[in-house]
Amino acid sequence: MSEYKEIILKPIFRNNPIALQVLGICSALAVTTKLETAITMSLAVTVVTACSSMVISFIRNFIPDSIRMIVQMVVIASFVIVTDQVLKAYAFEISRQLSVFVGLIITNCILMGRAEAFAMKNPPIPSFLDGIGNGLGYSLVLVILAAARELLGSGKLLGMTVFQTVNDGGWFQPWGLMLLAPSAFFLIGFFIWILRTFDPSQIEE
Amino acid sequence: MEYIQLIVRSIFIDNLALSFFLGMCTFLAVSKRVSTAIGLGIAVIVVQTITLPVNNLILNHFLKENALVDGVSLTFLSLICFIGVIAAMVQILEMTLDRYFPPLYNALGIFLPLITVNCAILGGSLFMEQRGYNLMESVCYGFGSGTGWALAIIILAAVRERCKYSHIPAGLRGLGITFITVGLIAMAFMTFSGI
Repeated sequence: MSEYKEIILKPIFRNNPIALQVLGICSALAVTTKLETAITMSLAVTVVTACSSMVISFIRNFIPDSIRMIVQMVVIASFVIVTDQVLKAYAFEISRQLSVFVGLIITNCILMGRAEAFAMKNPPIPSFLDGIGNGLGYSLVLVILAAARELLGSGKLLGMTVFQTVNDGGWFQPWGLMLLAPSAFFLIGFFIWILRTFDPSQIEE
Repeated sequence: MEYIQLIVRSIFIDNLALSFFLGMCTFLAVSKRVSTAIGLGIAVIVVQTITLPVNNLILNHFLKENALVDGVSLTFLSLICFIGVIAAMVQILEMTLDRYFPPLYNALGIFLPLITVNCAILGGSLFMEQRGYNLMESVCYGFGSGTGWALAIIILAAVRERCKYSHIPAGLRGLGITFITVGLIAMAFMTFSGI
């Protein structure tokens, strides 16, 4: 049991896919202008990573080595298509805001990375948990970034007003840059800085 | 005229790397030296310019509603088709280069497989689908967006080469400072949005 716990918890803090392994940055930056889209995206990535890791792990002994990339790609792509269709059917508004980024989960390096590094060598249940762990590690960074950007950029969280903005007669002057592209880069840079200050073993040479 | 506008727009304003964050993984990993950045940049331009029109043809002639079977829309298959086309195109390009242009193959060789999983390429195709470009527009968009991405990675590589000699706080070294550099470059590119 403790072994399973370790598999889930390790990628969340010690070996975070975004902050340490630099995987899956693209979508992490693009969907974080609002908390709502970030949470949806996190859920989608976690589900796809967990399910595709499990399926790949089930068939790992039948995949010839030379075509394993293609097989992994097809499994991942199928799950992404299912997720995309589900989002379109039940959360159309959010799906429209996420635009192409749901489709881009396919090329999210976290998925290929986990399939290649973990699922090909381990049984289905640990692979499933590893997928969940990595998905949650990704979600953690996404949610922190999105909360910071939405709060500072528009004074809201999940669409509810937290800071009354000046235009509505309050005191908070929205920090417009937070909603634009460059701020995502700055924030993730500072996030990595903070993480590495507390955990000096992660510092690069 | 319209096409030139589209190219300029996709290079500077809608830059794939700096305003849509596409292809970030390779963008950060392969930008340590200018010479490798140029190699990868050229490979992206070539692949993007070829795959976008091909995907456009597939989309319009096979997947659109009523294109293949009357009354059936196959657009939900577009993702898997695009990624297949990209992988196949990269493979064909690699073989052609190896056969006819060995020096170019040696220069680009190691970067070509990387491009298959580069989200800038798939992202370009998905934007093409979403914005409904026709064949000629998708050629221009492919060329423009590829060039924009190449330009961004070359700038970043040049800045990072200079950064090597500066004193950076321990926690920021490597990845941290790179992100902040990219942020500054993105801010510089934002000034283009008026044109």
